[in-house]
Amino acid sequence: MLIGVPKETHPGEQRVALTPETAGRIMKLGHELILQAGAGDSADFADEAYREAGVEVVDDMAAVYERAALIMKVRAPDEQEIEHLRQGQTLISFIWPAQNETLMSALAGKGVTVLAMDSVPRISRAQKLDALSSMANIGGYRAVVEAANRFGRFFTGQVTAAGKVPPAKVLVIGAGVAGLAAIGAARGMGAIVRAFDTRPEVAEQVASMGGEFLMLEFDDKDGDGEGGYAKTMSDEFIAAEMALFREQAKEVDIVITTALIPGRPAPELWTTDMVESMKPGSVIVDLAAEQGGNCKLTQANEVIQHHGVTLIGYTDLPSRMAAQSSQLYGTNLRHLLTDLTPGKDGQIDVNMDDAVIRGTTVVKEGEITWPPPAPKLSAAPKAKAPPAKPTDAELAKAAADAKPASVLVPMLIGAVALLALGSVAPPDFMSHFTVFVMACFVGYQVVWSVSPALHTPLMSVTNAISGIIVVGALLQISSGSALVVFLSAVAVLIASINIVGGFMVTQRMLKMFRKD
Amino acid sequence: MNTGMVTAAYIIAAILFILSLAGLSRQETARRGNLFGMAGMAIAVLATVFGDAVDNYLVLVIIAAIGGFIGLTLAKRVEMTQMPELVAILHSFVGLAAVLVGFATYLDPESYYIGVERTIHDVEIYLGVLIGALTFTGSVVAFGKLSGKLGSKPLVIPSRGLVIGGIGAACLVLLFVFIGTAPDTATVAAVLPGVDASAAATADAVDVVSSESKTAGTLVLIIMTLLAFAFGVLMVMAIGGADMPVVISMLNSYSGWAAAAAGFMLSNDLLIVVGALVGSSGAILSYIMCRAMNRKFLSVIMGGWGDVAPKAATDADGEPQGEAVAIQADEVAEMMRDADSVVIVPGYGMAVAHAQHPVSELVQKLRAAGKNVRFAIHPVAGRMPGHMNVLLAEANVPYDLVLEMDEINDELGDTDVVVVIGANDIVNPSAEDDPSSPIAGMPVLEVWKAKNVIVSKRGMATGYAGVENPLFFRDNTRMLFGDAKDSVQAVLAAL
Repeated sequence: MLIGVPKETHPGEQRVALTPETAGRIMKLGHELILQAGAGDSADFADEAYREAGVEVVDDMAAVYERAALIMKVRAPDEQEIEHLRQGQTLISFIWPAQNETLMSALAGKGVTVLAMDSVPRISRAQKLDALSSMANIGGYRAVVEAANRFGRFFTGQVTAAGKVPPAKVLVIGAGVAGLAAIGAARGMGAIVRAFDTRPEVAEQVASMGGEFLMLEFDDKDGDGEGGYAKTMSDEFIAAEMALFREQAKEVDIVITTALIPGRPAPELWTTDMVESMKPGSVIVDLAAEQGGNCKLTQANEVIQHHGVTLIGYTDLPSRMAAQSSQLYGTNLRHLLTDLTPGKDGQIDVNMDDAVIRGTTVVKEGEITWPPPAPKLSAAPKAKAPPAKPTDAELAKAAADAKPASVLVPMLIGAVALLALGSVAPPDFMSHFTVFVMACFVGYQVVWSVSPALHTPLMSVTNAISGIIVVGALLQISSGSALVVFLSAVAVLIASINIVGGFMVTQRMLKMFRKD
Repeated sequence: MNTGMVTAAYIIAAILFILSLAGLSRQETARRGNLFGMAGMAIAVLATVFGDAVDNYLVLVIIAAIGGFIGLTLAKRVEMTQMPELVAILHSFVGLAAVLVGFATYLDPESYYIGVERTIHDVEIYLGVLIGALTFTGSVVAFGKLSGKLGSKPLVIPSRGLVIGGIGAACLVLLFVFIGTAPDTATVAAVLPGVDASAAATADAVDVVSSESKTAGTLVLIIMTLLAFAFGVLMVMAIGGADMPVVISMLNSYSGWAAAAAGFMLSNDLLIVVGALVGSSGAILSYIMCRAMNRKFLSVIMGGWGDVAPKAATDADGEPQGEAVAIQADEVAEMMRDADSVVIVPGYGMAVAHAQHPVSELVQKLRAAGKNVRFAIHPVAGRMPGHMNVLLAEANVPYDLVLEMDEINDELGDTDVVVVIGANDIVNPSAEDDPSSPIAGMPVLEVWKAKNVIVSKRGMATGYAGVENPLFFRDNTRMLFGDAKDSVQAVLAAL
């Protein structure tokens, strides 16, 4: 199938849906590619590089739309681009169906099939084509870079000849993909990073990136909504959260907010009074600026100053790293195409029985198929109350109740058996028997303390020691009977193999064990 | 040396043997422990040789020299991967020696007991020979299986339970027949009227009577020995390769009990003490091995995996297992380069492929790159207790990197890469997740909690228990197919 990639028309958009590297891989699936000239320029991919990879480069956007059966884009198409689409064509790009009803109906009216990269279900299998995560990762990293650019000090603490420099303190709100990327980037530059999220279970992930997780003293902390996103919280929770932020506002130098709730305006987390209580020169990067911002003062696509604090509201952070984001987005598209081309024969199959493809497809041959039926959750929500298990104390009690009988009975039987034996056996036997029983107990105590690592040497040494049976043979070897002498001699022979072999191989083994 | 001095020497030897086993509790004292053992043995043997009972020095010295030479050669030549075989064959020697000593004692014309003492003495001989005989053949079969001369698959003859039960019953009946062959006090009294039968002075006369009865007794003893030989073969034949740790420790235990029985029949406390030490040591090892597989000792001895048919476990819930994702050596190398902590889980497959040396090299390389590399050893990994530890020690892996299951299980969750080399059942998550699995409840290494798991394996075959391993289908698992040694060497080259 011929796949076309036009140049992005949205002002300021620098990404491209195809890189020379992904082109090669897509062609291996049996597809052909056509690219509008200059589409990769702003992401530093020259037309020449695409040609080398085997992509046909044409000058005219109309030609791309006319010839290609499948169009790959980054941004959702604008009105002009929709005009170019025709019946039966397939489009893959970001769509945001929830926010763009008119766009959806326009696309449906055209009779096309649309796969939205923002609607990929959040299940493990689909991670490799999750473009939102790829973009969020870049956004989080870039947010730190933008903050550092506007921040007047070092991130890392230093002791210089001219004096001591304290490290910058960074607060990241929302530990999703973007938040975690921001934590990692800020840590990498040497800052002290704190993070907050309504979902306490992400604390571990925060710690793994080198951040410190701020805990709320609060009951019912479960903020995990459907599909791995946070949900709206109760009033009490928000009050506690705000108190925490007010305290942090006085300390931190940089705030990066990433809190989003799907399908709703961004929650206001960083209030005007918090901004005003921050130190002059501090920087706030609001990754939710497009959805109204986690801070009301933020203005989308603008950098403003308020009370000496810089507020950055860029909404095109991934586009600002066009080469990286094109490469990741292109790879996400490549994975989607791999799923769509099961036969690797260049035939696209929009298989609506596949959960991932079903979720991603928002328009199928002119019919709106969004929203999809709820996908299976990636992880079942944890039950509030664990099933009633007997507590340790109860178990211990039960064990104690059972104990006396289960131990006493065998002991009594053993004692009776011993007495019975003693009543008939001669005293000589009983004295040997005493030695035997005592030796068993000593052996028991000694062997339990042997380190498991030395079990093989233990076996070989006990093997050598059990060669002590040679003593039995020795006692017989001077017998008057030739047969007995012969039997004993054979026994001495094999027992001495055992003794020497066992001890020597143990010695050899133990010599190999060495400490680091 | 008089009897008192010999006894004193035996006490010293017994103490040295106990210290020898105690020394093995820690790596630092282990070598000293072995030296104690040698010293104890030397004292015991010399005291016996220079005691009153021995004067046949020429034969003795020649035979002991030959035996010692053979033993020395074996110990020098054996490869560490062959340790289980060596231990098995040495067990068989103890068993055979016990049989021989039993017969020699019985036939010794200078021994005469009557009445209850005679009965007890006969029972002691009988038990000593019985245990020795089944230790002998059992160990020979175990040796054959471990060295590959016999198939390692369990071989169960039809109605095995009945046959074994029959042999057991026959042995019990023969015991009474055997005791019955002894001349009773009345017969002795008839030969020597008016003389107290227990007096030593009657020796010559009793001898006449007992030599007649001994011919019948010897016959019974020989029949029983043959039955016990058969018993040993049947018992070990039915046990599969991965249950060998249990079998070897069980045979270890038996060889000890055989020695103890010999001690009883010779009224020798040193033999009794040593036999009891070895016997309890083997018994404890068997117990530890069984616990590590969550199996009953009896069910191991009866062969196979208990009652649950393995078939039922493969797809208990009818859901497809999913797909195992293969990985290439260079990708593994990449993964290791990015990892901070690596844990290696070796199994019998590593021993089979002789991969311990490349593994050790890999560890050195990773550690030189500043990574935290450790080994996790399951108690039943390999074919005998502690097998993996010895192999790794041979390959120069410092023992403080080699951790037991309980020591490392909690840390596996924080590990970046776990490499499973030639192990299967001991890393099977169904032991914890799936109550219907035949291995449910067996303690396992929780490798699936690590960030990434690499399984080096020849193919997708199931392990010894015949149970599918869901680990291979987990999202964080990658399969590195191929011979363990080749795979590890390829990874080394790619690093």
